[in-house]
Parts: sequence; C-alpha cells; structure tokens
Amino acid sequence: MSSAHGRIAIERVQIRLGQGAQAFEALQEVSLDVAPGEFVCLLGPSGCGKSTLLGALAGHLPPSAGTVCIDGQPVSGPAPSRGLVFQQHTLFPWQRVIDNVAFGLKMRGVPRSERRDQARALLASVGLAGFEDRYPSQLSGGMQQRVEIARVLINQPHVLLMDEPFGALDALTRVKMQQLLLQVWERIRTTVVFVTHDIDEALFLADRIVMMSARPGRVVEQIVLPFERPRGASLVTDPAFVALKRRCLQRLHGAEPLPRLSPLGTPPAEPAAWQFAI
Amino acid sequence: MSEVVIVHPAGPVAPRARPEWPVGWSRWAGGALSLVASVLLWHVLSTTQVRTAWITFANVPPPLEVARAGVDLLSSPKLLHHVLWSLWRIAAGFVAAAVFGIGSGLLIGRFGWAERVLLPPLEVLRPVPAVAWIPLAILMFPSSEASMIFVTFTGAVFPILLNTIHGVEAVDRRLIASSRSLGARGWTVFSQVILPGAAPSIATGLAIGMGTCWFCLVSAEMISGQFGIGYFTWESYTLQNYAGIVVGMLWIGLFGMGSSALIRHAACRLMPWQASKGGAR
Repeated sequence: MSSAHGRIAIERVQIRLGQGAQAFEALQEVSLDVAPGEFVCLLGPSGCGKSTLLGALAGHLPPSAGTVCIDGQPVSGPAPSRGLVFQQHTLFPWQRVIDNVAFGLKMRGVPRSERRDQARALLASVGLAGFEDRYPSQLSGGMQQRVEIARVLINQPHVLLMDEPFGALDALTRVKMQQLLLQVWERIRTTVVFVTHDIDEALFLADRIVMMSARPGRVVEQIVLPFERPRGASLVTDPAFVALKRRCLQRLHGAEPLPRLSPLGTPPAEPAAWQFAI
Repeated sequence: MSEVVIVHPAGPVAPRARPEWPVGWSRWAGGALSLVASVLLWHVLSTTQVRTAWITFANVPPPLEVARAGVDLLSSPKLLHHVLWSLWRIAAGFVAAAVFGIGSGLLIGRFGWAERVLLPPLEVLRPVPAVAWIPLAILMFPSSEASMIFVTFTGAVFPILLNTIHGVEAVDRRLIASSRSLGARGWTVFSQVILPGAAPSIATGLAIGMGTCWFCLVSAEMISGQFGIGYFTWESYTLQNYAGIVVGMLWIGLFGMGSSALIRHAACRLMPWQASKGGAR
C-alpha cells in the first residue's frame, strides 16, 4: 500500500546537544539508508544517540551538519507522515481514548463522526475495543502504548519512529506488544525505525539491526537478519537467533551506559517542585 | 488495570477495624466536632476574659452575643443590601482579575518576550497589599464603586496570574512535541494542548484568587459606601459594636469558603480526567 513511500536517506548527520560547557557531540557523521517498508532497529547502549537520530528523523532536532531526507524531501520539522512513539506515552490526559486516537484527523479537519468511526476501528485492531471512553490514566501501561501507537497510525504515516516504546513495560506485556506490533506492521508495511537497547527485541522485530556506539554516537555495525516472517515466539530459542545474539553482545560489551537522551534532546531539568500559593 | 502493588513503608497496612462507619460520615462528624470545639474555646476565652501580657480577650464578644447580633442582622432588611453589594464587587473584581490574570499568564508562560516585558512590573506590584492601594485607587477612579472593584481585583489577580504561568510552563514538552508530530500547529497547539494542560493549575489559581478576593473586601469597602459586608465590619468597629465585627467576619468567611468551594466544584465538573486519576478515590 504505502511501500512506495518511506525511503529514508541520512547523510553524514551531526547533532550537538547541551549548552555551553556541557555541549557534546551526540551524533557524528552518521549515514544510513532505509528502504521503503523496511523494519530497522537501532541498537546500542543507553545515551549512545539512537533516540537523537530518531528525533532528527521526526523533525524535532535539527542536525548541525548533514542531511536527513525522506522520499527525497529534506526533513524541516515534525509532520504527521512521520509518526513518533515515545517510551512513556504522551496521550493527552484530558481526552478520552477515542479522542486521543482521533486527534490527527481532527487536525486535518475531518468531521467528528467520521474521525470517531476511524478511531474506533483502529482501536479494535489493537485489541482495545470497549475502552474508547476511558481516560488514559485509567489504562494499564501496555494499553496506553497501544493507544499511543493507534494515535500515530491513524495518520497513515510513511515512517513509523519508535523510541523504546516497550521499554517501560513488564517482560510479559513487552513480548505480547512485540507480536502485536509485527501483526499490525505486516498489514500496513510502513517503514519502521525502532530504537531499543534490548538485543532480543531487536533480533525478534527487525529486518536489519543497526548497532551504534556512544559519545560521539556513530554506526559501528549492521546485521541483516535472515529470519522468516511471520515470526513466532519460538524464534528466540533458534540456534541462528542465539548466535546472532552472541555477536551483538560481543559488539556491545564493555559499553558504559550514559544518561538517557530523548528524541527532544537532553532530558529537561527537573521542573520546579514548588507550587504557587498566594 | 495496572497491577501495581503499593507496599507501605511501615509494612502491610491492616484494614481499618471499624468498617461499619462510612468514611464520608466520620469525616463530616470530625469536621463538625472540631468546629464545635473551636466555638467552645472561643466561649471560654471570652467569658473568662483571659488576660496575658501578650493578648487580651476582655473586649472579644462571646459567641452567644455574636449569635444574637447575627440573628438581629438576619432579620434586618439591610442584610440583603450588604450581601448583594459585596457579591457584586467581588464578582466584578474577580471576573476582571480572571480575564487579566489568565490572559497575561498564558502569554507570559508561553512567550519569552512577554515574560521579559510583563513580568518585572507585575512582580514589583505583587507584594503591595490591598490596603496600600486604597489612596491611589481613590485618586485613579472617578467613582468610589470602581475603586472598590479595583481593590478586590488586586487581591485576586496575582494568584490567578502566577498559577496560570506555572501551569503553562509545567505542560509536558513531550505532549507539545507529540501534538506537532500529529499535525498541530501554532494556535492549535495552544488551544488543544497548552490550554487544557494548564487548566488544572488555572483552576487552582481561580480558587485561591476567589479566597483572596474576599480577603480584600474589607479593605475595598473601607473606601466608602453605605452597604457591603466589609463596610458593615468596618462600621461596627468604628461604632464599637464589637459583636458586629465578628458577625461581619463570619459572613466573609462563609461566603469566601462557599465561593471557593463553588469554583472547585465547577473545576471538577469541567475536568473529569482529574477526578479519575488513579482510579477510585
């Protein structure tokens, strides 16, 4: 369907983060091409700049050098055709689940009843039929991420950008969510760039793994995965899977974890804890 | 739902031993009991005319005398006038403060230029108490009515302003980024994300501002007039009608409490997601 769209071309991108004396090179001369409909996992230790690269693709972090192009167009800011999913959900707490999912359509001026119909169908496809009228705070972590993904998918993005979307979930929910994501992706076949530091997750999901190292962030190795699709839970005990896992572990061994970065740059300073009274 | 088990630091919490007492009722009874105790303490202090080097209760009217004065006022036709005039001044001052406070608070919270231009003078004016505004208010406004409304305005505006600024600045920037990734731009980011995101904090500001508005009523009605609860309180003092002072104080307290509760109630109705936070309450 959208396989003609979603070609990513990243060329010699550099990004500096932080201010003054704290500034550092988060990405150094990163080049990467992704074919339309390809599922790529960015794998690397915490703070290595994978989320920074995702932020550049989403249009939230402008590169200080180099170019990021999608379908030949340079990225100049956030757009609905490049959906971004955060590790912690960013659902609007004041909107019911169905209105959260329909938000993108509302921004395009789609009439209310039509956008609600579409949102309802999409929610059903991620297994959340019956939860339309809940508020996000009334859902479990896994459900919240499913709503977040549905909210991005309603815009039919050419590129789906995911920043450790299942990193905050418990192990069992995470595996279920990975399977759900593959089911959905096999239907829509959009380009996916998925950031993770979980080797199993990357091996289970991706067509290709791009491994990165930290400070400055750069691509150190790429592995094209030979596993057939659809993939089942038994894959993780396959000898080929285990062998590749060992290779990834060796590559990432000894990397010391750094403070986590986000697609919006360095994490914000803690907001002031004081509240105004009189 | 979320399978979070909260373990109390002091070990597992045993269920309360008296389930036959509904929680709402016992809370209500506790509040009533504490009110009764306060009145009793007042009664003892004023009737025994406690005197120390620091404080004397010799001139404090006892609760019964105040109650009698209160009943007298209730049966007098002047009460309605007092109440209506005060309510009008509070309403006018509060609405003006809400419009100005929320409007400039949204600007200051969102735009750096507005913060640099508007915030410094407002910060200088903020510590000035309502009483200190009276002379200038009289000089600035042609009618004493307008100057009284202005003084109640100064009482309400700063809590509303500061809470609005705080609310806007506390909106999660990831929500803003997400809305932009979903197609929101400029004004829609403002109306769809920043305004609802700041709304709980704005509501807090309005509730506090409503309280401080009543707080400034006596100061405002010292200016002039024949009617108003604040005026009644001040007049009672000048006429040495000590019971009247306390009656006026109680009316202001009751109205202030009631109107703040009204705003909190309205805020809960308008922001149902706040009530549902964390499930049952």
